[in-house]
Amino acid sequence: MAVTERTTLELPAAIAEPEPLGVFARPRAKRGWRAWVTTVDHKKIGIMYGAASLFFFLIGGIEALIIRSQLAVPNNDLISADAYNQLFTMHAVTMVFLFVMPLAAAFANYLIPLQIGARDVAFPRLNALSFWIFLAGGIFLNTSWFLGGGADCGWFCYVPNSTVTFSPSHGVDFFAIGLLITGTASLVSAINLAVTVLNMRAPGMTLMRMPVFTWMAFITQMLLVFAMPVITVALILLFFDRRFGTNFFDVSEGADPLLWQHLFWIFGHPEVYIIILPAFGVISEIIPTFSRKPLFGYNFMVFAGAAIGFMGWGVWAHHMFASGMGPLSVAAFSVSTMFIAVPTGIKIFNWLATLWGGRIRFTVPMMYAVAAVAMFTIGGLSGVSHSIAPADTQQTDTYYIVAHFHYVIFGGAVLSLFGALYFWWPKAFGYRLSEKLGKWNFWLTLIGFNLTFGPMHVLGLQGMSRRTWTYDRGIGFDGWNLVATVGAFVLALGVLLFLVNVAVSTARRKSQPPVGHDPWDARSLEWMVASPPPEYNFDPIPHVRARDDFWYRKYGEDEFGRAVRIAATDDVVQPGGDRHVHLPAPSYWPLVIALGMPIIGYGLIFNLWLVVPGLLLVVAGMYGWSIEPPDEPEHTGPAHQEAADQPDGPGDSGGAGDESGAAEVSSASGEEAPVG
Amino acid sequence: MAETATATVSSQAALGHEAGHDPHATRTGISNTKLAMWLFLASDCLLFGALISTFLIYEGRLPAGEIGKEIFDIPFTSVSSFVLLMSSLTMVLAVAAAHRGDARNTRLWLAATATLGSVFIGGQIYEFTVFYREGLGFTTSIFSSAFYTLTGFHGAHVTGGIVMLVSLIVLSLRGKLPMEKAETVEIVGLYWHFVDVVWIVIFAVVYLVP
Repeated sequence: MAVTERTTLELPAAIAEPEPLGVFARPRAKRGWRAWVTTVDHKKIGIMYGAASLFFFLIGGIEALIIRSQLAVPNNDLISADAYNQLFTMHAVTMVFLFVMPLAAAFANYLIPLQIGARDVAFPRLNALSFWIFLAGGIFLNTSWFLGGGADCGWFCYVPNSTVTFSPSHGVDFFAIGLLITGTASLVSAINLAVTVLNMRAPGMTLMRMPVFTWMAFITQMLLVFAMPVITVALILLFFDRRFGTNFFDVSEGADPLLWQHLFWIFGHPEVYIIILPAFGVISEIIPTFSRKPLFGYNFMVFAGAAIGFMGWGVWAHHMFASGMGPLSVAAFSVSTMFIAVPTGIKIFNWLATLWGGRIRFTVPMMYAVAAVAMFTIGGLSGVSHSIAPADTQQTDTYYIVAHFHYVIFGGAVLSLFGALYFWWPKAFGYRLSEKLGKWNFWLTLIGFNLTFGPMHVLGLQGMSRRTWTYDRGIGFDGWNLVATVGAFVLALGVLLFLVNVAVSTARRKSQPPVGHDPWDARSLEWMVASPPPEYNFDPIPHVRARDDFWYRKYGEDEFGRAVRIAATDDVVQPGGDRHVHLPAPSYWPLVIALGMPIIGYGLIFNLWLVVPGLLLVVAGMYGWSIEPPDEPEHTGPAHQEAADQPDGPGDSGGAGDESGAAEVSSASGEEAPVG
Repeated sequence: MAETATATVSSQAALGHEAGHDPHATRTGISNTKLAMWLFLASDCLLFGALISTFLIYEGRLPAGEIGKEIFDIPFTSVSSFVLLMSSLTMVLAVAAAHRGDARNTRLWLAATATLGSVFIGGQIYEFTVFYREGLGFTTSIFSSAFYTLTGFHGAHVTGGIVMLVSLIVLSLRGKLPMEKAETVEIVGLYWHFVDVVWIVIFAVVYLVP
């Protein structure tokens, strides 16, 4: 009955939709660059996110090396003070918004559907849109180097430094518009992934059975949903001030620079957890796998993550202890900041307890994960020392802060994301990265990292202020700065070895034995499907009966609670299926919309007339999107008969952004007998 | 298989939609699109929260001699606020008609909602023009900047809502808004009610609070 109903529903849509004309005929490419630029497959989008973020990592890294070279010796004038301002600003903006966040988004995109047993994300085309907008925004930001110089106001761009009086070049405009564009991408992606987690889980995949990575990524998306609009408002006010002559941050008109600080940090502090929570998720996947034990205190891990998500909103003003807010606010935020260390500590102890008594294999991902826990602990402890307001007023804006946040962001987030790259690489590409090169990569990175940022604690306590362009000889900064600079180059070498590893391992992949579904003997659902996974992920959709379901399909427990193999891996993984699963069709429109946005941005900065073609592109993209059915109408063949029965059918959705693709989770689960 | 999904739908009390509704069963019982709209609106709360906070902080810092709230024509804005609130009523009627499968009345009430929304926007444009003539420009003071930015963002949201409503009417005229897709009307309705509720807050905070 329902089938008939569906069919009558679909047919008009399939017939009535005219084939869009000319260059924008429906993309059909399955291979080559066309397939990539039009893809709506969350795995390809995840890989593109990863590649783009690593590209920006290199740019940000080069900026860092120039900064460190400038600081290597006293009284250096390798670069001008002005260029130096632009470099440290763009380094931070690039690393935070164009590297760490998107790299985490890469894993969230790639893994969430696989870990919850879904065919795709909730809105596949929106997913493509968010990637292309991010890339457009990232490139837009970096073109500022060629169009008058980058932003020079520090990554938090405090007013009045960022007002047109003190920063007359277009750098800050690029900063504002660029972050607005990438922020749009983050918001779109966050809504999409949050809906995916809430709605698309496989049968039996309750919230409390979800892998911790998915949990942490979900909390991250919720943080983004609430944090992005606040920075949006702040950036818009700043841009209005700079280009349209408003006075939001003009003190002579009665405005208050603290407004910027509050708005920025109400976004900015949750942002810190947006960066670190996915990394916590990664660590929580890698450590149990290589300890061959379930994650200790799963519930505590999840609730600690959620608690961090909530508490992250109550601590923003600890960035402003030196701003003169008044003693009561300072005391309140000091206390709340100390409290947020509690859930973080819970996580660290749970990781240690997971390691305890485990059968540990020190593979490269495991080394990264363990190192990330250690480095994050150091960063966390120096963080607690900032929560004490009197100490903070001494430390703030010194290199002690620089050391702190690099230990948290690089030591915690980046190291674990590198572990994630090694861990999930065989899943995504079907071959392993070399363990030997990986160990070189790891040790050089870790040693270089500590050499670079360890000495900064000392420099900070000695009084070297942050954003110092150069310093005099003989005031005690020389030695440690040189060490830090040497460390930075060691670190860069370590990172480069990752690229070497990718190149070498890719060249060697043909001569390696295939990795199979489950190269690490891992625990979560993504290891149940082939490496790389088929486009439709699961066939059939698995029914989840436990936390770490995949593991318990392979292993039972003896009377002492030790893992005992009960089934061969090959018997529990999904064999390569050839069943036709109906998937959402590729689309050009996300790319068209994303292309329009930087054009609007250039228009707002240089010439308002340029806004018109940009807007036209966006509107055309949205129109094309909304008339394009999200699915290709079936071109029937015998193999497609079954797919036509599936209730996901070609798109009958009319409204913009309304997609039904990949909502067929339960339909293809194979539990009930298929119709017909 | 569609039967399976339909069975799941009817077994989930949470769904509570009419029979024949989108058969995609989701884990929350709320369709993807509707959940996405809820999340977007949650996000938008923070946007207006930040804008309203900005206004509240700045209205008290107006330098002496500058034009302030005394310029507001509260009776006029009350009427246009009332018009906007009535559009929520017509939106409810449109959603109800869509759920009944009554295409004609759906279009009628959608058009009424769009018209009321347009009247509100017209009122806002008129109001802005009057204020501008009386010397309250966008860049006159931090008060005026905050005022125009806040109410302007709200106006942009209403305008976006009107575009959605008109799109729905066009879809319906083309026969692409069958009863099975009544949820699309409902989702636009969510957005519309949100924009109305936000206006109540803005009207109270900006115009009424002395």
